[in-house]
Amino acid sequence: MMPDLGKYVVEVLSAYAVSIVLLLGLVWVSVRAARKARETLAAVEARKEQRDG
Amino acid sequence: MSIWEYANPKKFIATTTPVLPWVMWAAAVTLVVGLVWGFFFTPDDYRQGSTVKIFYLHVPAAMMAINIWVMMLVTSLIWLIRRHHVSALAAKAAGPIGIVMTLIALFTGAVWGQPIWGTWWVWDPRLTSFLILFLFYLGYMALWTAIEDDDTAADLTSVLCIVGSVFAVLSRYAVNFWNQGLHQGASLSLDAEENVADVFWYPALVCIAGFILLFVALVILRTHTEIRLRRARALETRMRA
Amino acid sequence: MIALLKRDLALAVRAGGGFGLGLAFFLIVIVLVPFGVGPQAELLTRIAPGILWVAALLAALLSLDRIFALDHEDGSLPLLATSPLPLEAVALVKGVAHWITTGLPLTLAAPALGFLLNLQPSAYGFLLITLLVGTPALSMIGTFGAALTVGLRRGGLLLSLLVLPLYIPTLIFGAEAVRRGADGFSATNALVLQGGITLGVFAFLPFATAAALRVNLR
Repeated sequence: MMPDLGKYVVEVLSAYAVSIVLLLGLVWVSVRAARKARETLAAVEARKEQRDG
Repeated sequence: MSIWEYANPKKFIATTTPVLPWVMWAAAVTLVVGLVWGFFFTPDDYRQGSTVKIFYLHVPAAMMAINIWVMMLVTSLIWLIRRHHVSALAAKAAGPIGIVMTLIALFTGAVWGQPIWGTWWVWDPRLTSFLILFLFYLGYMALWTAIEDDDTAADLTSVLCIVGSVFAVLSRYAVNFWNQGLHQGASLSLDAEENVADVFWYPALVCIAGFILLFVALVILRTHTEIRLRRARALETRMRA
Repeated sequence: MIALLKRDLALAVRAGGGFGLGLAFFLIVIVLVPFGVGPQAELLTRIAPGILWVAALLAALLSLDRIFALDHEDGSLPLLATSPLPLEAVALVKGVAHWITTGLPLTLAAPALGFLLNLQPSAYGFLLITLLVGTPALSMIGTFGAALTVGLRRGGLLLSLLVLPLYIPTLIFGAEAVRRGADGFSATNALVLQGGITLGVFAFLPFATAAALRVNLR
């Protein structure tokens, strides 16, 4: 299934591996940060409700 | 219906939230299709061998690295002129994406050149320009994180982005000048403008589209994060007052 | 404007103004280089123009955060902003003052340090000229960076990160001009381009600097 990469196996595979890791890492960090931001805002708004409400 | 209506943070989130999953899925599908096509189903180049497969990562990433900075420049100008917070926060959100794209462009660019030049890094004008762009991105994000007040940070980073853009263009010319005297021996240019056969170009187009969609999805997601965090900070300050 | 210039010059030269610090740093860096790369004369000759430029650049960097620091600490920055002098002119004067107290001394000291690195005799003139043309740009760019980071705790490191990439074009043309001139090739292109950068920087960075100051003074 793997194409014959000839003598450039290391180069091509490392390029793909690093790029995919970086992209997936970015996505994961962004998703996690989004979740935390939603929770933080919800918590602050809840406290505000308690105080004013 | 003016596009400026969406400048309202709440409206921005409300409008983009239902769209986001679609964009994310479109990005994922496009990227997988493009990369799989490029990696498994294209022939080798008679000169570059299988390293031509790096093209499908390097070219989209390099394009995004530059275009994201341009987007940051535009949104910075919009912030300075029209004071729309979403604009400023979108610029901040885009920064890290640009950094990752630049890193990918740098790594794939260097690796691509390895079989030709025999070293893992060369001070070729294009790679060097991307390295400088990387430094500009770092400085931009460092300034954002160093300043506490949101509006001050938005203003200063916007000014930095504008000045940086001028110097980025300047540096491009300077680097070309600087490398003139060097014997590169690389008749093979990493430039995508060289005549590329269709069989390579179509999967590349798909990959470019995938990277663009990925950027759109991530910048929307990250801008949501920035908007929410900003609102949380504002609420905290008001409650403490 | 002249009054402001004289005041800044006096402040810089006074004890604690850090006047000689830049020169001392310049000397130390130049002395370090042979320890790092080995003492072979040929190698040193080849890298001398670049090293001298980089060292001068780094030395100029040292005193950048002081440009607005004193005014910020004693509260005279808001006063400067509301003075009849436009803030852009203040920025310009600050840049010039920094050059006179840092860039110019470095320029004059460079040939003396050149011999430590076995600089080619033909290069000395070009070194002087390029530094003379380029160091003002370093000062003005640095002033812009200082305005961005004024009042930040530990702003010094961030200042370096922001300013050093902006120094690259000036550095490239400066060092290239010295190398080409010393080897007998035409250095005119490089010098003209470097001069263009310096002029451009003084034409538009005062506005960006003033904008940054206004933001920080809010």
